[in-house]
Amino acid sequence: MNRQIVQLFGLCTLLFAALVAFTSWWTVLGAKDLETNANNRRPLIEEQRIPRGLILARDGSVLARSVGRGSGSRRTFTRTYPAGPLFSHAIGYNFISKGRAGLERSRNDQLVGKESEFGSIFSQLQSKDREGQDVTTTLDPRGQRAALAALGGRKGSIVAMEPQTGRVRVMVSVPEYNPNDVPTRFKELSLLNRATQSQYPPGSTFKVVTAAAALDSGKFNPQSIVDGSSPRPVSGVPLANSGGQDFGPISLTDALTNSVNTVWAQVGERLGRGTLVNYMQRFGFNQDPPLDYPDSQMSASGVRDERGRVLDGDGGFDVGRVAIGQGGSEGAILVSPLQMAMVAAAVGNGGKLMRPALTEKVVGKDGRVKERVEPEEQSTVMSEKAAGMLAEMMGNVVREGTGTAAALSGIDVAGKTGTAEVDNATANQAWFIGFAPIDRPRMAVAVTIERTQGQGGTEAAPLAKRVLEALIGGGGG
Amino acid sequence: MSARTRELLGLIPVSLLVTAGFAAVLLTRTEDVSDATATYGLFFLGCCVFAHLFIRSRLPDADPYLFPLAALLAAFGLVMIYRIDAELAREQAQWFVIGLACFCATIVFLRDHHALERYRYTIAAAGLALLVMPRLPGIGAQVNGAFLAVQLGPIKFQPAEFAKIAIIIFLASYLRDTGDMLVRARLRPLPPQRQLLLIGAAALGVLVLVRLLGLGTAATVLLAIFAISLVSILRERPSLKHFGPLLLIWGMAMLMLLFIRDLGSSLMFFGGFLALLYVATDRLSLVGAGATMFLGGAMFFANSVSHVQSRVDTWLHPFDPDLLEKVGGSYQIAQSLFAQADGGLFGRGFGQALLDLPGGTKILPAAHTDLIYAVITNELGLFGAAGLILGYLLFVARGFKTALVAADGFSKLLAVGLTSVLALQVFVIVGGVTKVIPLTGVTLPFVSYGGSSIVANMVLLALLLIVSDHAREDRGALQGGLV
Repeated sequence: MNRQIVQLFGLCTLLFAALVAFTSWWTVLGAKDLETNANNRRPLIEEQRIPRGLILARDGSVLARSVGRGSGSRRTFTRTYPAGPLFSHAIGYNFISKGRAGLERSRNDQLVGKESEFGSIFSQLQSKDREGQDVTTTLDPRGQRAALAALGGRKGSIVAMEPQTGRVRVMVSVPEYNPNDVPTRFKELSLLNRATQSQYPPGSTFKVVTAAAALDSGKFNPQSIVDGSSPRPVSGVPLANSGGQDFGPISLTDALTNSVNTVWAQVGERLGRGTLVNYMQRFGFNQDPPLDYPDSQMSASGVRDERGRVLDGDGGFDVGRVAIGQGGSEGAILVSPLQMAMVAAAVGNGGKLMRPALTEKVVGKDGRVKERVEPEEQSTVMSEKAAGMLAEMMGNVVREGTGTAAALSGIDVAGKTGTAEVDNATANQAWFIGFAPIDRPRMAVAVTIERTQGQGGTEAAPLAKRVLEALIGGGGG
Repeated sequence: MSARTRELLGLIPVSLLVTAGFAAVLLTRTEDVSDATATYGLFFLGCCVFAHLFIRSRLPDADPYLFPLAALLAAFGLVMIYRIDAELAREQAQWFVIGLACFCATIVFLRDHHALERYRYTIAAAGLALLVMPRLPGIGAQVNGAFLAVQLGPIKFQPAEFAKIAIIIFLASYLRDTGDMLVRARLRPLPPQRQLLLIGAAALGVLVLVRLLGLGTAATVLLAIFAISLVSILRERPSLKHFGPLLLIWGMAMLMLLFIRDLGSSLMFFGGFLALLYVATDRLSLVGAGATMFLGGAMFFANSVSHVQSRVDTWLHPFDPDLLEKVGGSYQIAQSLFAQADGGLFGRGFGQALLDLPGGTKILPAAHTDLIYAVITNELGLFGAAGLILGYLLFVARGFKTALVAADGFSKLLAVGLTSVLALQVFVIVGGVTKVIPLTGVTLPFVSYGGSSIVANMVLLALLLIVSDHAREDRGALQGGLV
């Protein structure tokens, strides 16, 4: 019998070894899959026990803070947003029942104080509780308030950023929402961030991109004369100027000041699709902006076909109409307000596009700066000379052209208006993009209003003025 | 060094574990420390020392490692249960005392385990009665679809825990008598031509069955193993009348599946039976036939009894959204795996794992009973869990060692049976929690919360110690005689 008993013990050893092997699989080798399994609520619950760091405005005012409830092992934290709807889309929200969005999502690791494996063992040894780090944003409450008030409930978006640093000072999307309502009224809230997610026809503001390509490629200069008669065939179909106005031969400067469609369509055709798309890419089109914001809440600007796909240079689109911010059935140009702010900023910064940023710095609870977001060049769009010429041209738009409503007293403003027909020409998408002051730009801005009856110059330009006033002063203020 | 001194020294790691464990748990919950809870550890150690003195006076030659190992496991369990719920730990400590009383009573009243042989049919009947109790109207209670518990007034207990001991005693005594008879035929095997004929017939039978029933791979393999085992049994021309009781036991296991609807405990009982059958007869063919018949029956029930079926489904697809939502679905096993993943290599540390949801409910259902292994892995990591398994392996090793040194067949079979059934119980519950096999509700011996479990396993330990004491006493006497 003893031989069988020894064999039986061998079998038991094998069975127990199988148990250890399976335990090893679940704890170590297969643990990553389990931890990221959608049904696993542990990470969410764990993070609820960590006091998330503060989210602060540029001036130090608190935009999001965690409030503790209960005590001991039952202590949990929930988010409150003291500023209410003012920063809603930019900051986003974080609630266990609804997940997270916005900066709360893109900066989550730092807000919950996530550390490397080594670091976490170290802090375990010191038996320190995990604590979130504070995120200071680039957002300016004054500008934010001014932008929200300027839109006055009209659907649309305003984005403002510093040309030299890429720091986003204003990001407003209307309808806004109060993030404190997310747990209770989630379904009623308008969570679409028009500043980064919406894709609108840019109308004539896109002529800035076309002009940048024209000037920097050396094929045109501001004094180049192009025939501005109306209508003119573009891609075999007649194209008219706004109001059917016939300008005759006209310089590029005047063509931008008066937003002459036929001139810029010809410029686009002469540049060709390849050149135009090349410059668009330099401006950051055809990809999600490199903003510290969730990818799922951004969309790429560019020429999109009817199925919504972004076309590259060989897309076969109507380059003349795309050059003036329109398009045809093969593809039409669609942009986000953030992208247009980046266009204005790149011109304002001497042709250098700075990487946009929503975060200024991340600070640990011990007061040490964990990360400082330094200004970083995203791409060189055009030469400083071309940018200077384009800035002058855009200055004329505000001085004497379609954008006079954006003018500030004592400060020269550069800009470009846009009016794109939508809904079978029954409504307009009104635009204004620009920067100020022209000689040493401190702020770039993009304003857009959905489905309005007015023009970019009358509807959007005054809003840009109010936001610029709030951010860089000037005028009576 | 005498066996008893080694036993006493073996209690030192137990005391260290208890002290360190309670200290760690207490440190993590500063807000509800009370002196009463801190004394559990001391009280537990006092009980262990008392038990040691008792063994010293009553069973001086018994195996010196079995009791410290059991105490180590129980201490482990007590700390974990305390960590889960201090009130449950208080109850568990009480049950440990009652278990210890039963342990001592067993040793006092059963001076010689051979007395059990005389009552084997009474014991078998008692075992069966215990097994069907949960199905009796009035006192039976259904837990998660399985019939495992009995409610007698205020006391709720799991009769299967006691039935396992009764049935092992019966089988050990029965197989001691018939084991030889079952295989005596080996002296006159079938002539070669007839053997070939038999093999041919079996192969043909398998082919026809596979074709007719359209069996899948698993079923075909089972059938093939069954056929090979059957041929190997028949070629020895066994006397068929002795197979009646074996078929009866198989039938009982199947009935149990149907009756108490619990795959885990059926596996435990039938596995214990097969282990005894193998040791008693030295015939792998018998084990092969038995195992395949059991698995075949289990597969059949898995497709026909809805409770067994859902257990198998949740085992195979723990993350299926429908099964996760369902009551009694895969939520438990999924949470068990998440808890283990959370533990990683070193675990979260005593008292650090996530157990309470913000709403006050528990994230792990039955954390203190079925899923205690998952909590242990969560808090102590792979190393802690492997250490626990090692503890069981050492206990099992000492159990088999007891069987090895035992002088007579009944003692050997009894020790083997008790040890195997305990090992299988560990395999069934830990295997269930780690998704090796479908999860069913048996306790982790000595560790899980549960009065029946701790009392029954203390009695099991007492029986092993009695067998061991006799065996080592005999050997000691023999060696003494030689010198």
